[in-house]
Amino acid sequence: MKKDANPDIVVDKAGAASSLSRREFLKVVGGGIFIFVTYGEELAFEEPARSQAARPSLPTDFNAFLRIGEDGRVTCFTGKIEQGQGAITALPQMLAEELEVPLSSVDIVLGDTDLCPWDAGTFGSQTIRSFGPALRGAAAEAREVLKELAAEKLNVPIDRLQAKDGAIFDKTRPQTRATYAELAQGKKIERHLTQKPALKTPAELKVMGQPQPRRDALKKVTGEAHYAGDLRLPGMLYARILRPPAHGAKLKDLDTSAAEKISGARVIRDGDLIAVLHEFPDEAERAMTLIKAQYDLPDATLDDKNIFDHLIKAAPEGRTVAQGGNLEEGAKLAAVSFDETYLNSYVAHATIETHTALVSVEGDKATAWASSQAPFGVRDEVAQAAGISAQNVHVISPFIGGGFGGKTRNTQAGQAARLSKTTGKPVQVTWSRADEFFNDTFRPAAVLKIKSGISNSGQIVFWDYEVLFAGERSSQQFYNIPHHRTVVRGEWGGGRGGGAPSAHPFSVGAWRAPASNSNTFARESQIDIMAAKAGMDPVEFRLMNLNNGRMQRIIKAAAEKFGWTPAKAPSGRGWGVASADYQGTYLTTMAEVAVDKAAGAVQVKRVVCAQDMGIAVNPEGATLQIEGCITMGLGYALTEEVHFKGREVKDLNFDTYQLPRFSWLPKIEAVLLDSPEVAISGGGEPPIITMGAVVANAIFDATGARLYQLPMTPERIKAALK
Amino acid sequence: MKETIQFRLNGKPTKLAVDSDRMLLWVLRTDLSLTGAKYSCGEGFCGACTVIVNREAVRSCQTPVKTIKGKDIITIEGLAKDGVLHPLQQAFVKHDAMQCGFCTSGMILTAYALLLKNPRPTLKQIIDGMDDNLCRCGSHTRVLQAIQTAAEGMKGAVKR
Repeated sequence: MKKDANPDIVVDKAGAASSLSRREFLKVVGGGIFIFVTYGEELAFEEPARSQAARPSLPTDFNAFLRIGEDGRVTCFTGKIEQGQGAITALPQMLAEELEVPLSSVDIVLGDTDLCPWDAGTFGSQTIRSFGPALRGAAAEAREVLKELAAEKLNVPIDRLQAKDGAIFDKTRPQTRATYAELAQGKKIERHLTQKPALKTPAELKVMGQPQPRRDALKKVTGEAHYAGDLRLPGMLYARILRPPAHGAKLKDLDTSAAEKISGARVIRDGDLIAVLHEFPDEAERAMTLIKAQYDLPDATLDDKNIFDHLIKAAPEGRTVAQGGNLEEGAKLAAVSFDETYLNSYVAHATIETHTALVSVEGDKATAWASSQAPFGVRDEVAQAAGISAQNVHVISPFIGGGFGGKTRNTQAGQAARLSKTTGKPVQVTWSRADEFFNDTFRPAAVLKIKSGISNSGQIVFWDYEVLFAGERSSQQFYNIPHHRTVVRGEWGGGRGGGAPSAHPFSVGAWRAPASNSNTFARESQIDIMAAKAGMDPVEFRLMNLNNGRMQRIIKAAAEKFGWTPAKAPSGRGWGVASADYQGTYLTTMAEVAVDKAAGAVQVKRVVCAQDMGIAVNPEGATLQIEGCITMGLGYALTEEVHFKGREVKDLNFDTYQLPRFSWLPKIEAVLLDSPEVAISGGGEPPIITMGAVVANAIFDATGARLYQLPMTPERIKAALK
Repeated sequence: MKETIQFRLNGKPTKLAVDSDRMLLWVLRTDLSLTGAKYSCGEGFCGACTVIVNREAVRSCQTPVKTIKGKDIITIEGLAKDGVLHPLQQAFVKHDAMQCGFCTSGMILTAYALLLKNPRPTLKQIIDGMDDNLCRCGSHTRVLQAIQTAAEGMKGAVKR
């Protein structure tokens, strides 16, 4: 199989040797000019300790680089991946901008562990926010190196030189010029970015900030975009994995005789891993259905109804993440006090592509292609499973059929590695849809308690917020509240602070904008409750309780686009508003809903989202992300909830687990505002976080019924209306 | 039961010795190396495996190959003609009507069958026709725009 079948993602030299020293590394990637960059990245993500430990394998003092090749083409090598959110387009834009080359001459190599320096993974809207500035810096540095080379070659003082369109020319005699290809010819120059070169000012930007079509679109409409399950190696086998009926179930009896009667089927039992392999995936699946397995089920009494009482009891000691003033003083100032509890349910990532990996273990070496947001995590998982050195594992990232935080663990790659080692053949593991639901690291269920108070004039005077199991992100207040405290109890996943993961009946983890969906639902619902009690329009109430000009501006921008006119809720109009600050991206969402009271059904008719992410690198991509987030967010707002009993997951396919559909679609309008003075922040997550609250607030405005639990199913809406 | 099955695949006569109870999806993806149709839910709920059989959009994960004998199959790989994208493919590119792209083949082929039956659909008819195709990234708005653009561009004539 051609390993470079996917040149936007995987380019040349993909078969290169592993375990590279710096010198070998440079040898492998060929001649030209190299700029190495290091950037700090917030590991607000699970298992940071493990990730750090895994790091020293490739050259360790940088974590991305770019090359100007002897053909003048520019290539960026990064361990980030493309999962649909558009980094494959926005990163080259940033590079082209600072390096003064046409966008068409920029290539990007993503997630190849032999070619790309170590990277923790693609999550948390970090690609643009953290990596972007470092990449721009590297490009700016490369431009300066090229100028130095040109000064020598053209014998022109450097301050007379200017870069444009992939060439350096003399400003006084533009015909005196050298192309980047000419300058890179026969060179092997290595530079390390130590100080921040001057980046272009926002006014100077020409490529960034311009809408660009997706670079991967053509492949995706012709079927040529290859995902992990589309890859074929000679002699490969397809595997299906036996799934227990419940988490914690213990296998007590196994009968594989019927399965093994299927011609060509091979059953492998390797400890807890039981798999059927076949040269056809569907035959492996058929044989799997013939396996008879008896289990002892765990003694578990939790279900999707009693889980919240359990979480309240199980919550560990809290950690104060924000505070100011004095809550007792604040309580004395309150004319009206509020004490509310909000609940949020477990939700599944439910990517359309299930976890898939193709691994070929040959002796002490392995090659792996996996649907993963963390290629270097795949490398470690495969190395451990096959009992070989991580240096000898080459991971190549194909296209990924959606991630949203769900493809950060790489269990399927470890399974494929074990089976490949056992059989001596390449093995492709594809999780079935039921496997995918069962093994998912769900967004944690959460309990959110807010005590707050307002003065006679509608000023918020205190805010006492307790977050149980949602996590910290977006829990901090941005309203102007003199007396406040936010305490986080129980983290999600294995994140910092330890938490109590055993409180959950199954694995939980990062789900698009972790913690923020729950925290924003609670905060923005509470704000609305207070506004209604104060007899004020919810938009005016927010503006009055803010002293943050940037946030006020984004609320006004949304109101203008929406055509918001002040009214006290419930106005009967079915209008809602919610605002948020997600990792530096400010946004306000407004929605209009229609509620069928008899059926308890909600149709979201219109959504306006105004967003300020500093500068939108690719406004077209940012708009697409807003639309995507709003559409996806309708699911956790209205229907998505993992049902379970004991440790058995009841939702195993899309018949009971309802994703948003075309018929749910509101009219979506996006407004992008720039704030050139602030750092550029990400856009793959923010607009999803307001969807719970904006719909809840709109339902209240329509009906006077307040929903305290997500998703807002017909049953819950009907109960709230009573 | 293993038998020889003949059908037209993307315009070409095709003959295949295969266990005819197997599902078309897997025969396409493995025996015929056409991986544009995707496995996602395996039970016909999502539409990622959609292909065209005699002008109808079908869920290939639920279609035994014995049912396609003598029929005309079109997969996403066969939609472009002589290197020219079909108007639907062009419109999907133009409107950025995908993110991760895993549902895209099924979306385009479902829309293709829809336009064969109803070349000038209303927005409501497009929504109804597409409602059982799932997309997790939330590209729905763009998909609808792309189908409308393609329908307008084709002026009522759906071409291969």
